[in-house]
Amino acid sequence: MSIKKFAVAVYDDEAVLFPAVKKVRGAGYKIHDVYTPFAVHGLDEALGEKESDLHIAGFIYGITGTCTALGFMGWIFTTDWPQNFGGKPNFPLPAFIPITFELTVLFAAVGMVLTFCYLNQIMPGVKKHIFDPRQTDDKFVLVIEVNDQNAAETEAFLKATGAEATNIQVAESDWWFGRFDKKEDYEIQQQLA
Amino acid sequence: MHLKYESIIREPLVDGDKSYHQITEDICSPIESKPTKLWTIGFLISASLLAFGIFSVTWEVYWGTGVWNLNRTIGWGYDITNFVWWVGIGHAGTLISAILLLFRQGWRTGVNRAAEAMTIFAVMCAGQFPIWHMGRVWDAFFVLPYGNTRGPLWPNFISPLLWDVFAISTYFTVSLLFWYSGLIPDFATLRDRAKTKFRKMTYGVASFGWAGSAKHWQRHEMLSLVLAGLSTPLVLSVHTIVSFDFATSIVPGWHTTIFPPYFVAGAVFSGFAMVQTLLVLTRKVLNLQEYITIGHIEAMNKVIVLTGSIVGVAYLTELFIAYYSGVLWEQEAFRLRVMGPYWWAYWAMMTCNVVSPQLFWFKKLRRNIWFTFFMSIIVNIGMWFERFVIIMSLHRDYLPSSWSYYTPSWPEVGFYLGSFGLFFTCYFLFAKYFPVIAIAEIKFILKTSGENFKNKMDVIEEANTEHFIEEQLHHHH
Repeated sequence: MSIKKFAVAVYDDEAVLFPAVKKVRGAGYKIHDVYTPFAVHGLDEALGEKESDLHIAGFIYGITGTCTALGFMGWIFTTDWPQNFGGKPNFPLPAFIPITFELTVLFAAVGMVLTFCYLNQIMPGVKKHIFDPRQTDDKFVLVIEVNDQNAAETEAFLKATGAEATNIQVAESDWWFGRFDKKEDYEIQQQLA
Repeated sequence: MHLKYESIIREPLVDGDKSYHQITEDICSPIESKPTKLWTIGFLISASLLAFGIFSVTWEVYWGTGVWNLNRTIGWGYDITNFVWWVGIGHAGTLISAILLLFRQGWRTGVNRAAEAMTIFAVMCAGQFPIWHMGRVWDAFFVLPYGNTRGPLWPNFISPLLWDVFAISTYFTVSLLFWYSGLIPDFATLRDRAKTKFRKMTYGVASFGWAGSAKHWQRHEMLSLVLAGLSTPLVLSVHTIVSFDFATSIVPGWHTTIFPPYFVAGAVFSGFAMVQTLLVLTRKVLNLQEYITIGHIEAMNKVIVLTGSIVGVAYLTELFIAYYSGVLWEQEAFRLRVMGPYWWAYWAMMTCNVVSPQLFWFKKLRRNIWFTFFMSIIVNIGMWFERFVIIMSLHRDYLPSSWSYYTPSWPEVGFYLGSFGLFFTCYFLFAKYFPVIAIAEIKFILKTSGENFKNKMDVIEEANTEHFIEEQLHHHH
């Protein structure tokens, strides 16, 4: 948990956001994050984000499922409790395919979703600071971490990039366990100040 | 910034002059208003059907499966007919959300959320039937491969009935994960615009604390793509495995290699019909005609006429192969289907599934709401009879002394009605408290497929090519 100071710029459209991101990065500012109401294609590239490796994790989980299914059924049918089903071989590979396939998919899907939640640090009960309530509706929010010295200057710069509104917020930068219907201490303090 | 340009010849997928905020308003405001009288009445009817279903099943558990009219040759009866029917219905959602995603079909965004919800509820209904059909339902967990004190004695991994256990539970889990991962950002939208404390809290929990960070969206896109890739063979595997329940048994009329593709086509056919039934009503009641347009309905009717024709070809192929095989038992099984004691079920199936969907070749009828609604019900009746016909073909087996005729008893009918109760109770709750349309996905396609944005393209389309190129070059440098 760490409370930090942020300069926040709210944009009206992704067409304004893209040149703004370019300008902000060009001027040497480090972008804390950009929040959008939907997946804006190309934004990750504009921000210099690497491509996600989530699919590689999915592949590994899938292979794990394949091995689990084949290994477990093979062990049971050949070693633990070999049975004679209509004179068929004890390791009937074609008949193992359906369950092997299902477990491959199951492991890959469940594993990927859990990894997705872990990487994004999301789960029921997790709370994060929402810089603008309309960042999940129709606004595109760009956030830069600032200190007391450069706050005003950064805000002015953001204003010049075409932002519809800008402000300075003191906020928790990480996630925490909390309820969205309650105000946090730092928010109350900020309101009093 | 949109690199994708869609021809203006294509119909817009979002009608009306929409902005991002307007989309949020249109989809979220029915959730935030009080339930209507119509909703309450519908919900109560569904809940009472569910209650009657629970009573019927309790009756069966207390007295045993003897209260069902199953007999020596027809051991599956109503119960497994309903199971296969519901599982089939549960195929459209994942087809729309997965296969159409891979095929880059933009129109899926308007209908995928509701269709996936429908899938999940249908699979929940389907799962009930084999579970209670076990009779001694308290031993149902014996199908799971867990270390036990009976040896350990494991389930038979090469039995299609056990494959079913794995296929259906995997399908349910993966569909649920796919659906929910799409819901997370939309719950965040509801949370951030919520006015009441209770709504803020519940949608806050449901949204997992989603904030819409660019990196998270990137992973979200990747997750959707890979889950779509996984679900595509999965959705085909599920009904294939269900068809193995029949096809691997050495019973005339069941033991055919045509079953997997024929079952999958039938599943998509009935699933789309159920999506039509629900969406034609939902779009009207929730006022979503601009998102689920006539174009969407027409696209689904095209899928219905295609899969209906595949099913028709399969029926005729079955008949021909029975004749051509020269196998007496096979020929007799099909003669009995067509003109035996259950001739009425066969002809109901033929009329509803093969003949009537052909009317969708007419564009006027494909784009007619009431005709679509009527046909969607007809198709589902037809698909129910298809499963009934297949299961009833056991009424005459090799031993004439055990030939019989089957009609369901009241607990069997009650159980079936109860599954409707479960399905519609879930659907009513979904339609009231969940975003029925994928909000974030609609916003994503707005600028390529929205009516207002497409209209702006008219100017560019009419412009002189050289002039356009010059202007673009000028813009970018």
